[in-house]
Amino acid sequence: MQDFLQFTLTGITIGSIYAIVALGFVTIYSVTKVINLAQGEFVMLGGLTMFSLVSVGVPYWLSFIATILFVTFIGWLMENLLIRRAKGADAISLIILTIGTSIFIRGISSMVWGKDQHTVAPFTKNTPVEIGGASITPQSIWVILIMLLVVGLMYMFIDKTMLGKAFQASSVNPMAARLMGISPKRMSSFSFVLSAALGAIAGLAIAPIIFPAYDMGAMLGIKGFSAAILGGLGSAPGAVIGGLLIGLFESMGAGYISSGMKDIITFSIFLLILIIRPNGILGEKTIGKGGL
Amino acid sequence: MSEQKLLEVLDCSVSYGPIQALNGVSLSVNQGEIVALLGANGAGKTTLLQTMSGLLRPTSGQVIYQGMDITGMEAEKIVEKHLIHVPEHRQIFSTMTVLDNLYLGAYHHRKTTNKQAIEENIKKVFELFPILSDRKDQMGGTMSGGQQQMLAIARGMMAEPDLLLLDEPTLGLAPLIAKDVLELVGDLRKQFGTTILLIEQNLHASLKVADRGYVISHGEIIKSGSSSELLNDPEVKEAYLGHTVH
Ligand SMILES: Nc1ncnc2c1ncn2[C@@H]1O[C@H](COP(=O)(O)OP(=O)(O)O)[C@@H](O)[C@H]1O
Ligand SMILES: [Mg+2]
Repeated sequence: MQDFLQFTLTGITIGSIYAIVALGFVTIYSVTKVINLAQGEFVMLGGLTMFSLVSVGVPYWLSFIATILFVTFIGWLMENLLIRRAKGADAISLIILTIGTSIFIRGISSMVWGKDQHTVAPFTKNTPVEIGGASITPQSIWVILIMLLVVGLMYMFIDKTMLGKAFQASSVNPMAARLMGISPKRMSSFSFVLSAALGAIAGLAIAPIIFPAYDMGAMLGIKGFSAAILGGLGSAPGAVIGGLLIGLFESMGAGYISSGMKDIITFSIFLLILIIRPNGILGEKTIGKGGL
Repeated sequence: MSEQKLLEVLDCSVSYGPIQALNGVSLSVNQGEIVALLGANGAGKTTLLQTMSGLLRPTSGQVIYQGMDITGMEAEKIVEKHLIHVPEHRQIFSTMTVLDNLYLGAYHHRKTTNKQAIEENIKKVFELFPILSDRKDQMGGTMSGGQQQMLAIARGMMAEPDLLLLDEPTLGLAPLIAKDVLELVGDLRKQFGTTILLIEQNLHASLKVADRGYVISHGEIIKSGSSSELLNDPEVKEAYLGHTVH
């Protein structure tokens, strides 16, 4: 029972990160129908930018803001320089374009930050806290809190602001949205910006836990993507549930079976669920129609 | 009523790849008029409307609105000029509430109009469509076809149109409800002074509300005239035989 609680806490921590990455996938997909396989690179850039800023003594709060702004700018560049120019290309070409972008970003990053893993000190004093016999580090609590904050802010944005509603409208019915004066180009650009911001937040939150390196984006991207699919691509609540589930499969697999097998176990369960529910957990109504 | 031209389509041709859907179409709508655009399925009515609202670009010809050449302007920019297109098949935001659909109708003047004016407009469309007021928190997609059509028109009215383009607002509606919707089109002009271009397949019902009309067939305007002229024109009747359900 104590083990179970411990694995659950670990699973929720890493699952929170997958949830944020998955939200990034959903954000872009629902409006542009592009599956952005460079999403993981946003997370990597978030982690490493955070490292660079913190290591030269920039205060944490300022590092957070600067990291988010920088990665957001990269997301904006990516949409403006690449995706927008390829509009009208078929889905496969666009996916390949995002893979190319991700290899490019990774290459540049390996030159800037080298191939080593880096260390970022935790946000606050990191003495583990005991909960019912299991322990959790304050940094993990930060990660979970940040995920909750992100989910809350996303909800407020989508549901309560006019821009959020326009964003939603663009995903539900792009043609009608245009007839309301909502520019699909702006919304596409905005979806990349928002998604890059989400990636940056995931990256900076997890930086003190996973020793960021230039190649960390690939696995995080795949897990986040799996989480988005598991939730039903296009559903924001689904992305969060999917992220937490993938995190839990992973930590239970590592804890109860073998840590070397955790990815195999995670993806096996993932595939099994998809065989049973091909549209993902919350995907029934939303898949293909968009709708956050 | 002044004879001032609000919209003019000059010799427009439109193609979908190799398929030419419009071939040198010209028409005009004057300030304050209700004009019907009639024609069978596949005649090119929707294509013509989409060319006016900027969803399609003509291969040749011009669209002039309020004396301004808007040919090839992006749809989302044309909306800002209060030329509002209520598309075929309603196209409401089905997973969003009725109220959100209405707010989105006013999206393009979120910067120029104050919040209060938008709330006023919501009140006005609720007076016109009481059913929408009762259902304001319901998801758009869960309403009946007739209600969705009312929502689509109400959403269009939220944009404060100078010219409203209505694409087959009675499509798929039961005859009685279709009649209501067409009467409403007349009310819109009475209450808001909106100029309207109405697409219809139903000759009689639409010419009852319209001042005059055009008949389009195979991408060309084949007839135009006042409503009574068109109603009594044997050629028009013939063109319609076998096409109308009534
Ligand atoms: N997206 C499209 N791609 C190819 N052909 C189209 C498309 N939309 C309409 N058409 C063709 O253009 C012609 C006119 O269609 P449309 O404007 O929809 O007619 P209407 O609204 O009068 O029924 C038809 O022959 C139709 O098949
Ligand atoms: Mg049509």
